[in-house]
Amino acid sequence: MNTALGGLTLGAVYAAFALALVLIFRSTRIVNFAQAPMAMVTTFIALTLIDAGYSYWIGFAAALLSGLVLGAVIERVVIRPVEDKPEINAVILTLGLFITLHALAAVIFGNRFRSFPAPFGLRGLEVGGTTIRLTTSGIFTIVAVATVMVLLLLLFRYTDVGLRMRASAYNPEVARLLGVRVGRMLTLGWALAAVVGSLSGLLIASGGLVHPGYMDSIVVYGFVAAVLGGLESPVGAVVGGLTLGLSLSFVSGYLGSELVALAALLILMLVLTLKPGGLFAVASARRV
Amino acid sequence: MNRFLDVWRHSVLGRHLLTALVGLAVVVVVLESVGDFRALQLAAMAYLGIAAGGLTVLTGINGQISLGHGALMAFGAYTTALLLDDPTSSMPISLVVLASTAVALVVGTAVGVAAARLHGPYLAGATLALAIAVPGIALYFGSFLGGEQGLRVSLPDVPVWALDLEYLLTGTEMSRSQYVAYLGWITLIVTFVLLANLARGRVGRRWRAVRDDEVSAELAGIRLGRARISAFMVSAAAAGAAGSVLAITARLAAPSGFTIVLSLTLLTAVVLGGLGYLSGALIGAGLLTFLPPFVTRIGGDAGLSDIRSAELAPLVYGLVMVLVILLAPAGLVGTTRMSLAGRRARRQMAAAGAASKTGSPATTTHQHDSSDEHDPGTPQASGPTTPKGSTR
Repeated sequence: MNTALGGLTLGAVYAAFALALVLIFRSTRIVNFAQAPMAMVTTFIALTLIDAGYSYWIGFAAALLSGLVLGAVIERVVIRPVEDKPEINAVILTLGLFITLHALAAVIFGNRFRSFPAPFGLRGLEVGGTTIRLTTSGIFTIVAVATVMVLLLLLFRYTDVGLRMRASAYNPEVARLLGVRVGRMLTLGWALAAVVGSLSGLLIASGGLVHPGYMDSIVVYGFVAAVLGGLESPVGAVVGGLTLGLSLSFVSGYLGSELVALAALLILMLVLTLKPGGLFAVASARRV
Repeated sequence: MNRFLDVWRHSVLGRHLLTALVGLAVVVVVLESVGDFRALQLAAMAYLGIAAGGLTVLTGINGQISLGHGALMAFGAYTTALLLDDPTSSMPISLVVLASTAVALVVGTAVGVAAARLHGPYLAGATLALAIAVPGIALYFGSFLGGEQGLRVSLPDVPVWALDLEYLLTGTEMSRSQYVAYLGWITLIVTFVLLANLARGRVGRRWRAVRDDEVSAELAGIRLGRARISAFMVSAAAAGAAGSVLAITARLAAPSGFTIVLSLTLLTAVVLGGLGYLSGALIGAGLLTFLPPFVTRIGGDAGLSDIRSAELAPLVYGLVMVLVILLAPAGLVGTTRMSLAGRRARRQMAAAGAASKTGSPATTTHQHDSSDEHDPGTPQASGPTTPKGSTR
């Protein structure tokens, strides 16, 4: 029971991260391996503000905002030129960004572990006299991710901008003919994804320790979660994230935390060999 | 002399062996003239070079990306550490390196079979997961693999024949660091000759065909899966040999040595030098070895703390990696070669253009132009024909 609750909280974070990867993959066909360091940088911006005496929420907002700017800038400056180049160039590029941001954060913010405050309590809730492992912060995590999901859903389904973004992702050529500024939509997609990524970075950090490498393994878990969901569908990403969070929590509880990454690898290999389109794939993946 | 030229022109293997001999001579001269510190640095360059060479074959020639080569090196390093756990072990060191290579080959085959079905970002993600997962294995089997502290590697004494040879050649004693560096570089030369031959031969052509166009390759009767798996196996074996040399150089195999950073570093070396060129892998490895101390010193002079200036080197790699992909995707070696080839082609076109314009009595002009072609020192001196031809 406690393991499952812990897994759910963790799963919500993976889901948020997977959502960020999916948003980018859907529109630009790029898996953004630099997502983790991008989120790490924004978390450090929040930490700097909080340490300077501002409230947690100002730091929180600043992190999301800087995520927005960072995502847009990276898309415009670095990603745009390789858009129609071979796949491998984009992969290497995001890995180069990974190293760059990582090292930049270490130069600016230092390489030691620093504690990051939690917005709410970290003590387990009491239900009928027994303490369960669901903390107020844990609930906040789940609520925050759920809110983001609903907001994204509303954006894509009911707004004009959302429609244009979907059109540019689905068929850039036709969208361009219909007068959609596809380039802008791609930038917006990256910016939104970076915001969601920043959120997951903040949620992982809260109540824990941060250092430049604290998100490194998350990119793998987020990727596995996104692949579970098929890399294309936001809903799939969330379900994949929760599934992965639960499974990894059980592995960590019963086998040992050292094997979590290995379990994630095995799950990934299993999914990719048996159902390459993801567990929730409806139509077969479009191959370009 | 003519025989040498003959071998150079007509035999790929011969050309590679001759290059290897020259390389060996250079290695001997360099290692005999440097101190222990530099020798260990050069040993580090050797293991980075071996692993980057393997990755070049996989990524540059076969088009598969791997972020898990650091993890494959870990298998080689741990094998070496387990085989060399006490100083009295009588196992010859070449056998230890071979055994480490074999273990990495087996693991690489398993990974390669799974990887053969994956593409681009999927493959990168899966191998990234491998890079994250492997250090955990060393921690989980802590009692056997030494946990966080890792396993010490005890280097056996320098063999007597090597000491004798060194004394015969230079009249000095061979230090342990020198011995380690020789070991690394001889492994590198052997690996590179093997890799270069594979890449030039039939197998390499298949790998390239699969990289360039899957459908045509399959139509030509190439089995895609088999080609991908064999490329992965070869490069995993190289990673294993590199891991072995790393363990011998560092005298340690510990999980902290095989983080995701190592895998990304290897990819940096490959991209820097130029995807697909073995010489590029070597240049990349050299930069990765000798750039950090240099950049760190600059950082220290600029008033950064030691820890922070140590991060300047990865910052430079990362930036260079991004810039190379954006500005010169072929890397250092590739870009140089292309511009040389481009210049040659332009000059040939200029010559041909001049010949065809003036018609049949222009044989003399043609000869005049083609003689310019052999004079790379004066590209401007070839007269007004060059700019005219190059605009075509």
